[in-house]
Amino acid sequence: MTDLALEKPRSQWADVWSQFKTHKGALVGLVVFASLIFFVSIGPLIWTKDPTFINPDAATMIKTRNKPPSLEFPLGTDQLGRDMLARMMKGGQVSIAVGLVAMTISILLGTLVGVMAGYFKRLDGPLMRLTDLFLALPLLPLLLVMVLLFRDPLAAAFGPEGGTFLLIVSAIGVTSWMQAARVVRGEVLALKEREFVLAARSIGTPSRRMILRHILPNVVSPIMVAATLGIANAIITESALSFLGLGFPPDFPTWGRLLFDGAEYIQNYPQRVFWPGVAISLTVLSVNYIGDGLRDALDPRIRGR
Amino acid sequence: MLTFTIRRLLLAIPTLLFISLIIFLLVDFAPGSPMSQIPLTVPPEVRLKIIEAMGANEPVYVRYLLWLKQFFVVEPLVLWDHWWGTNFSEGMQRIVSWQSRSPVMDIIVQRMPQTLTVIGTSYLLGVLIALPIGIYSAYRQYSWFDQIGTFIAMIGFSVPTFFTGLVLILVFAVNLHWFPSIYDTSLRVTDWESFLKQVRQMAMPVMVLALYNAAQISRYMRSSMLENLGQDYVRTARAKGMSERVVVLKHVLRNSMIPVVTVIALGIPSIFGGAIITEQVFRVNGLGALLIGAIQGSDLPTVQTLTFIFAVLIVLFNLIADILYGILDPRIRYD
Repeated sequence: MTDLALEKPRSQWADVWSQFKTHKGALVGLVVFASLIFFVSIGPLIWTKDPTFINPDAATMIKTRNKPPSLEFPLGTDQLGRDMLARMMKGGQVSIAVGLVAMTISILLGTLVGVMAGYFKRLDGPLMRLTDLFLALPLLPLLLVMVLLFRDPLAAAFGPEGGTFLLIVSAIGVTSWMQAARVVRGEVLALKEREFVLAARSIGTPSRRMILRHILPNVVSPIMVAATLGIANAIITESALSFLGLGFPPDFPTWGRLLFDGAEYIQNYPQRVFWPGVAISLTVLSVNYIGDGLRDALDPRIRGR
Repeated sequence: MLTFTIRRLLLAIPTLLFISLIIFLLVDFAPGSPMSQIPLTVPPEVRLKIIEAMGANEPVYVRYLLWLKQFFVVEPLVLWDHWWGTNFSEGMQRIVSWQSRSPVMDIIVQRMPQTLTVIGTSYLLGVLIALPIGIYSAYRQYSWFDQIGTFIAMIGFSVPTFFTGLVLILVFAVNLHWFPSIYDTSLRVTDWESFLKQVRQMAMPVMVLALYNAAQISRYMRSSMLENLGQDYVRTARAKGMSERVVVLKHVLRNSMIPVVTVIALGIPSIFGGAIITEQVFRVNGLGALLIGAIQGSDLPTVQTLTFIFAVLIVLFNLIADILYGILDPRIRYD
């Protein structure tokens, strides 16, 4: 045996990671995003103030209103004396959860449509026309209409928080799957012409196993890139909806909602706009950088150079 | 080319009809429709009268067909009459807003100039900033200029416009008192003084949108330039002794403008959507503000008409982008 045979085989993901590491922006983005996740998930366990606590004693409540940052309230308080740091953590939980869940819905839909259109010739025409149609819809106005019209019935069915969460997540998911579908379809069309697909077909692999075993693992990279960018898109859309006053109910903080509430007090208490805005921007910026690095790392033509 | 254009125009008709149906049904079938918002204290016969007066008692397909007729026949006729002084549309029923009881199109025409001045200026400014930045960062790839440009572009499309808007208000309106934070629609530009005032109040919304647009377009410009700079014809041009200026600004730029021009065309309808937020931040009394107001007031005809106009813009500019591509790039032949 020569030494060559003893060299440990490198897995694909180790390669991807070593390429990802060379992208400085992506690495910084990953660190920032991880610390944001840490801030909103572990933070409330350390900083145990209730984000919705309003002092029942009116006199104390008025005294603790709109406080500047202090040791007791590191980010100050809002117009009802609620602690801003706790609200930022709670709001971040909701915002990031909306981003992740909406992204999952849109990626599932997009992959489904893309694989179906790419794999089955008969479905290609109708499904792609459907995609074009969705791309021609004015999305923000429709989202606003959907939220306004379905908010009350859903809130009655699932409670004000759960209902709004469900509505916003599915509305964003349903209106943002088109890019993923197009990319996946293109990849599937190219894969179908490859020899291993022909080989698999010649031994009689049924379509279902063909898609799950041979096609899907090979379209993971574009899906992952689309997914990262989808998180950023969903977070921005959610905060835009909240900012227009058509998102979550007022006592239920999200970063967009905090920004919207703070906008009225911008003259006297600019920090109330500053923190949520910075949080949204940092999240989106870091996710975009991660997506950028991921795109380079997952592209075998760039990788290893 | 002509047959392609005609075919695409014909194809746009079913697309638009289908979109209008989706918008109409979505707004109409929603459980929380405005008909249920009439207070319960209103006696049933009065309630029926109200619904009848709004035309909401007819079956869905009747209302949809009526709306189609009003949008595609009556409103153009009204416009025709307005321009040529004829009276074809006399006695015809127009799309009427439930909020203000006046024709929706009249309100839209009133609101249009504000949106167009702000959005038009910002898009133009964004393109004018983006093109040189994109060209230079591609020409000096990985230089410090390129790095900073990439970073600013990343910030430009990561920071949401409502946050940039609020920060600008804080800096320029609250602290420096340079610009007003609220857009005054009633301002008429008559002399130099009022023109300056108009410029001042437009400065912030235009800055916000221009930054956002410039970030995207400069990226496209950069990558398109990079693609062309590596081509053989560039080496040929340099080898036969053309000056660097001519090579970059004439040979490469012309070719790399082709995809960028289509991207610019494709971006126009989406900025109308994005402007909804900016208009809200700066209280610009434009189409976005009209839409938000109509949505909050459950004014279905206005919402349907306005959303459909946005959809028409998207389809139209997609078509324009395709045609531009065919005209500019001789390699693309649709026929």
